[in-house]
Amino acid sequence: MTVDAGPTTFQGVGVGRGMVVGPVAKAHPSPAVPSDGGPGDAEALRAAFAAVAATLQERAGAAEGAIAEVLAATAQIAQDPALLADAEQRVAAGESPAQAVDRAVDRFAEMFRAAGGYLAERVTDLRSVRDRVLALLLGLPEPGVPALEVPSVVVAEDLSPADTAALEVDKVLAIVTEHGGPTGHTAIIAGQLGLPCVVRTTGVMEVEAGREVAVDAATGTVVVDPAEELRAQARERARVQEELEGDTAPGSTADGHAVALLANIGTAADAGRAAATPAEGVGLFRTEVLFLERSSAPTLEEQTAVYAEVLGAFAGRGGGDKVVVRTLDAGADKPLAFVTQPGEENPALGVRGYRLVRREPELLRTQLAALAQAAKDTGTSPWVMAPMIATAQEAADFAALAHEVGLTEPCKVGVMVEVPSAALRAADLLRHVDFVSLGTNDLAQYTMATDRLRGSLADLLDPWQPAVLDLVAATARAGAELGKPVGVCGESAADPLMALVLAGLGITSLSMSPGALPAVRHLLRRHDLDTCRAAADAALAATSASEAREAVRALVDPAVRDALAL
Amino acid sequence: MSQRTAVVASLQGLHARPAALFTQAVAATGVPVTIAKGDGAPVDAASTLLVMTLGARLGDEVTLACEDEGVLEDLARLIETDLDAPDAGAAAGTAAPAQEATS
Repeated sequence: MTVDAGPTTFQGVGVGRGMVVGPVAKAHPSPAVPSDGGPGDAEALRAAFAAVAATLQERAGAAEGAIAEVLAATAQIAQDPALLADAEQRVAAGESPAQAVDRAVDRFAEMFRAAGGYLAERVTDLRSVRDRVLALLLGLPEPGVPALEVPSVVVAEDLSPADTAALEVDKVLAIVTEHGGPTGHTAIIAGQLGLPCVVRTTGVMEVEAGREVAVDAATGTVVVDPAEELRAQARERARVQEELEGDTAPGSTADGHAVALLANIGTAADAGRAAATPAEGVGLFRTEVLFLERSSAPTLEEQTAVYAEVLGAFAGRGGGDKVVVRTLDAGADKPLAFVTQPGEENPALGVRGYRLVRREPELLRTQLAALAQAAKDTGTSPWVMAPMIATAQEAADFAALAHEVGLTEPCKVGVMVEVPSAALRAADLLRHVDFVSLGTNDLAQYTMATDRLRGSLADLLDPWQPAVLDLVAATARAGAELGKPVGVCGESAADPLMALVLAGLGITSLSMSPGALPAVRHLLRRHDLDTCRAAADAALAATSASEAREAVRALVDPAVRDALAL
Repeated sequence: MSQRTAVVASLQGLHARPAALFTQAVAATGVPVTIAKGDGAPVDAASTLLVMTLGARLGDEVTLACEDEGVLEDLARLIETDLDAPDAGAAAGTAAPAQEATS
C-alpha cells in the first residue's frame, strides 16, 4: 500500500482476514503516578478504594460465571484491610495517595510473584485495583474499555483477559492493540469471535477516540480517516466474505481431493456455535478452559456433563460429527492453581501437557474416564489426543490408558505433534496411535527456540519458517506411509495460502477458529491437488519464511488472490 | 489474648475461595483476629491478600488469636471445614451471625 501525504497509516500484525471501517473507542491505559505525586489526602484515598470496591461488586452482581468470579475477587482486594492499611501508613509518612497506592500494590504484587503459582496469577487483579484507584484519585477516565455507544473499533495498548472477557461483542467491529502478539489471548479471542484484529500496531494510541479508521487484518494496517476508495474496498471485502460464507460444502480441492475443515473450540457454548456453521466437526476441543480459574480439578461428574454437552452438539450431525478432544494442556503460558509448581525456571520446557501424568496421574485418568462416560451417554465416538508428546513410549502409554478406561474402537486415540522429536519420529508414534495432529504454534516455538509469548520475536515464530515446514512434511509423510490421518490444528491452518501447502503435503484435516473457515474453503475449492503439491514443493524449496510465502502466493489464481486480499 | 490452633481442612489450602470465605467471616465478626502458620508471624486474618500469602495447605497447622473465645472457636471450626466443598458457603454464612451474638 502506498502512503502518500493523505491519511495516516499505522502498520501492525494482522490476525484474521476481515476489513472494517468504524469509529475508534479507546481503552484507557493504566495511569502513571505523576512526578509531583498528584493531589489528595488520606480521606480521598479511603474514598477511592471504597468507590472502586463498590463499582466492582456491582458489576460482579450483574455478570455471570468466570467473569463474575474475577470481578468479585477483584472487589475483595479493593477492600482488603491490609492493603488499605499499608497505603494509609505511606500517606501518613508523607507520600501522596497515588504514590502510596502504587507502592502498596507493588509490595503485595512482589509477595504474590515470589509465591508463584496461583498467587502469581492474581497479580493481574491487584494491578486492576491499582489502576482503578489511581484513575479516581487523579481524575482520569476509568481504565479499560469504555461502554460502547455505537459499533466501534476498540483501540488499546493491550487488553487484559478480563478486559477481553468484558467486551460488548455485538458492538465491537475490530480490535487494534499497540502491544501483544499474534498468538496472544487477545488475538485468539478475536479469532474465535470472527473479529478483524491488528496487534503490535506501534503508535496507534495517538489516534483520538471517535476518529474513523479502516482496519485491515489481512494486511495488518490501520488507516485514519480513510478515503472513499478504501471504504469501497471494505464494503467489497465484506460482500465477498458473505459470498464465501454461502459455500457450505465439505472442504476439497477443485478436483475433489477431500480435506476436512474443522473448528477449534474451548467451551460447550463454542461447540453450539460451531455446530451451526459448515465446519465438518471439531478438530481441537481445548479442555483446559474447564480447569482455568479454579482452585481444584473439576470432578468426574462435572467433566462428564461438559463433554457430553460438546459431543451432543455434534451427535448424528449430517454435516460431520467428528470431535477431537485434547486432554488437559496445562503449564507454561496456561498455569493452573492446583497443578502448576511455582518456580519452574523454564515452564515451556517443564512439566506441562501430557507430562503432568508424571506428577498427577489421576488428573488424566479422571479426564479420560469422564470422556468415555460422556461418549457412552451421548452414543458418540470421540477422538482423543494428548498434548506435548515427545516419545513413542509416551504415545504408547497414553493409548494404553485411553483404551483401559474404555475409549476403544470406534473411538480413536491419537497424539499431538508439537515437539520436534515427535515430528522427526512420527512413524514411531503412529505405530501406537490411530492419528496425529500438528500443533503448529508450539511446533514453531520448539523448533525455532522462540518463546510464543515474546511478541518481538514473532518473525522467528512464523509457521512458514522452512525448518518448521520440513517437520510438518516429515509428519505428513509418516502418516501417508502408515495410512493414518494427520491433521493440523494450529493457527497456520487458518492461513489460506498455508492451507494449500498443507493439502499438498498430504494433511488430511485442517482445524481453525470458525471465522477463518470460509476463506480457506474457498481457496482450496479453486485449486486442484497438483497445484497444492506444487505449492508444497515451492514452499519447501524456499530458504526463508517470506520467500516460501511469496512462492506459494505466485501460484494462486490472481482473481482469487484479489478477492481474498492475499 | 486467647489463642487456638486449627488444622486446615480445605483440599486446596487457604487459597482462592476458602481464603475469601474465611476472611469474610472474620470481617463479619467485627473483632480483630490474627492468623499465623506454624512459627510464622501473625497477620490480619481479615485480609485475603495476607491470608493467601501464608500459603497454608491442607493439613498445615495455623494459630488464630483474638480477644473473644466464642469467635475464636467459630473461626477455628471454619478452618477445619473443607471450604472448597460446594456447600461451604452456607457453613461460612452461618458462622458469622453466631459470632455477632457473642460480641
